[in-house]
Amino acid sequence: MAGNLQFDLVSPERRLASVQASEVQIPGADGDLTAMEGHAPTITTLRPGILKAVSNEGAKSYVVTGGFAEISATGVSVLAERAVPLDEVTPALLDQLIADASEATAVASDKDAADKAMADLVALRAAVGQ
Amino acid sequence: MPSLKDLKNKIASVKNTRKITKAMQMVSAAKLRRAQDAAEAARPYAERMSAVMAGLAAGVGKSESAPKLLIGNGSDKVHLLVVMTAERGLCGGFNSTIVRLARARANELMASGKTVKILTVGKKGREQLRRDLGAHFVGHVDLSDVKRMGYSNAQGIARDILARFEAGECDVVTLFFNRFQSVISQIPTAQQVIPAVFEQAGASAQYDYEPSEEAILADLLPRGVATQVFTALLENGASEQGARMSAMDNATRNAGDMITKYTTIYNRSRQAAITKELIEIISGAEAL
Repeated sequence: MAGNLQFDLVSPERRLASVQASEVQIPGADGDLTAMEGHAPTITTLRPGILKAVSNEGAKSYVVTGGFAEISATGVSVLAERAVPLDEVTPALLDQLIADASEATAVASDKDAADKAMADLVALRAAVGQ
Repeated sequence: MPSLKDLKNKIASVKNTRKITKAMQMVSAAKLRRAQDAAEAARPYAERMSAVMAGLAAGVGKSESAPKLLIGNGSDKVHLLVVMTAERGLCGGFNSTIVRLARARANELMASGKTVKILTVGKKGREQLRRDLGAHFVGHVDLSDVKRMGYSNAQGIARDILARFEAGECDVVTLFFNRFQSVISQIPTAQQVIPAVFEQAGASAQYDYEPSEEAILADLLPRGVATQVFTALLENGASEQGARMSAMDNATRNAGDMITKYTTIYNRSRQAAITKELIEIISGAEAL
């Protein structure tokens, strides 16, 4: 049985979570990864997706967009530009995010990155809607 | 010597003023608590962000390939000053201190042959700077409709700043705001955001980076600008309420002093009038 690690989730406006978790599933920019105790120190950027923290009280999921995660052997801190608990996510919010992204796509200089963000969001909407 | 009626009116008017300043003080006290909470809540994010960026910046170093936001674009000709002030007055020296600091910096830069551009956030600073530095204005952000300062407001301002930087319109960007120290003391602060400067040395921990260090840094630096703008806005918000609170506290106390003074004069002249009438009556009676 793996030990626990300290999980912090902060957005610019508030701290959403600061709990002991046994594992944290992170939507990294290069692919999903799961952090458990003893993970090699890593910093990864986030793509829009679902972040899941498993603790003794059960699993809790958040929708996060943008930001990064800092993983060390004893803790994970996720700094997300926007983070919302999954059960508070409404279709309207997702539509808003997608509208913002498509606006950004229209003016972005880096077409690939913008398209990827857009695709991530559409995938996110599908995942939330399940 | 003002008449008794004049004095009475004056006292009534000062009493009304005192009621208003007292109410404003209470409102500011309530708002201050909220603003402080908001500033407090934003702190973990800002601190972490700055620590990680400092670590990354130390890793990437001053190499040629480092992002422009970190090392600058090799020139420091054009300075953009972002002057953040309040939308409303009646808050003591709050707006003036920021404006004074910004003006001093602008004059200093111009004296050394640099070009100065000014972006104002908040109406009051714009009004105060318009007369002597109005020609340097390049934009204005109006936050008078904003009830609660949100991260999206900061993002808007940051996007504006970044767009100007990328278009080559400015080389160095500095924020001017009041850092909240306590209710009676706010410190006018100038903080350079582009090129990025870090207060503490980078963390020494060895991290794996995914994707590469440069890619993360390029992704984080614009966010760092937004975070710093956000922190500045919140600090400013708390400072504004603190400054207004102490200004209104002073005003209330002054009004109280004034009422005491006028009441004394009023009573004295009332008594003088009575004495005068009595003397007139008595000397009239004696003359008979």
